[in-house]
Amino acid sequence: MLVRRPTDIRSSEITDEKLYLNRRRFIKAASAGALAFSSLTESGYAGDWKPKTKGPYDTDEELTPYDDITTYNNFVEFGPNKDDPSKNAHTLRVKPWSVKVEGEVKSPATYNLEDLIKPFPLEDRIYRHRCVEGWSIVVPWLGFSLGDLIKRLEPTSKAKYVQFTTLYAPDQMPGQRRDLLPWPYVEGLRLDEAMHPLAILSVGLYGKPLPNQDGAPLRLVVPWKYGFKSIKSIVKIRFQEPQPRNSWAAQVPREYGFYANVNPNVDHPRWSQAKERRLGEFFRRKTLMFNGYADQVGQLYANLDLRKNY
Amino acid sequence: MKRLKVLVFVLCLVPLIWLLFDLFFGRLSANPINDITQRTGIWTLRLLMLTLTVTPMRWLTGWSSLVRFRRMLGLFAFFYATLHFLTYLVIDQFFDWDQIVKDVAKRPFITVGFASFILLIPLAVTSTKKMIRRLGGKRWQRLHRLVYAIGIGGVIHYLWLVKADTSRPLSYGALLALLLGFRLWVSVKQRRRRPTVSTPTTEPLAD
Repeated sequence: MLVRRPTDIRSSEITDEKLYLNRRRFIKAASAGALAFSSLTESGYAGDWKPKTKGPYDTDEELTPYDDITTYNNFVEFGPNKDDPSKNAHTLRVKPWSVKVEGEVKSPATYNLEDLIKPFPLEDRIYRHRCVEGWSIVVPWLGFSLGDLIKRLEPTSKAKYVQFTTLYAPDQMPGQRRDLLPWPYVEGLRLDEAMHPLAILSVGLYGKPLPNQDGAPLRLVVPWKYGFKSIKSIVKIRFQEPQPRNSWAAQVPREYGFYANVNPNVDHPRWSQAKERRLGEFFRRKTLMFNGYADQVGQLYANLDLRKNY
Repeated sequence: MKRLKVLVFVLCLVPLIWLLFDLFFGRLSANPINDITQRTGIWTLRLLMLTLTVTPMRWLTGWSSLVRFRRMLGLFAFFYATLHFLTYLVIDQFFDWDQIVKDVAKRPFITVGFASFILLIPLAVTSTKKMIRRLGGKRWQRLHRLVYAIGIGGVIHYLWLVKADTSRPLSYGALLALLLGFRLWVSVKQRRRRPTVSTPTTEPLAD
């Protein structure tokens, strides 16, 4: 059962500080390339969490509380309402977990999750996360560079796009028993987008393993795009030449596109994207081009009509 | 009857009290403004449906004094609609007129919702006995049939705003179709039987 409010934590559940510091040190050591992932434990209190170092891509905006990040979710596989995932996602079994790599890649194979992740240092990345519905949060993800993984997987010259697929398991994901979206959920990136250093695969947040409702055990994070691009609970990574058809664009092509870059100048047909509400704040704030990452990713779209390719 | 009316009045306030309770005790989600918007909206629709249930229930049960609750239910629908609108205007947009005008003009679900709210105003204003007398029963009745359009508008507003799960707005749509269909059926039947006599929907308000 997930912790909803800090006051709900029994004192026995709070990690002893020494252990906690040890764990920090351990993860730090692990980030040199060792087994960081398997060392992540569920225990620990997010309230006193601090990132180890400030990376070049980290925002210094105030972090959204752990409780909010883990109780206000869009993860339609567990139901259409914001509180459905935190209520229902406990049925998801994340161990063992394997990821199939297929398509235009040197050696297609199915990997055990631990083996897939092992070579890569885990790092905290504090990113803004903007939902297409007009709300946003600041999340301290724990993850590794997607580009580094792709380099290691060695896609062939034919690979122009990467497609990701979420687990399809109606017995574990009650939302999949209903006709809410075409299942399984599929997302995709252009290869150069996927190789961008901002794009990560995340295995945790607040220094802890990802809660199921946030996309455990492995999810994509592309902070300059609307949240629905950051696909959760990934079981398949496919390299291919044609542009993949992502689920929301397939469901409502007029409203959701392939690119889904955060763009205050291009409205969603049913609502404006000019502003957003940061959870915890009263006034709406202006939405920034590419969610504030224009300097980093702008050049990826220099020759693209963003009004057409929404 | 008086006691029953007080009871209904109090019951109609429960959704608001419940919402305030959740708000002050931190039981809303991480996006409380959105919760307030949704809860006041859904209760507007529920009270509209209840208001529209009064007349068919009278015909079915023969309990004609049910009509005494109709005005109160209708005014509570207007009350929750006003809270819903004010939440959008004050809390959500904080008087960002530029954005609001764009929303009303460009977002079909907001256009429909806004129009339905505006149409409710004349009905609320003319709900007093004095206004019924001034307008005359027949004209008053004709004006108040606007509530059918408002009900349809409310359901469309709900249907067009949801992202993936249309089951709830569609069930409200089905209920509304039933309530309006029943009226149509009765009116056709009555007209066939007594071609010159008015249909039951034109009965003047008893209360």
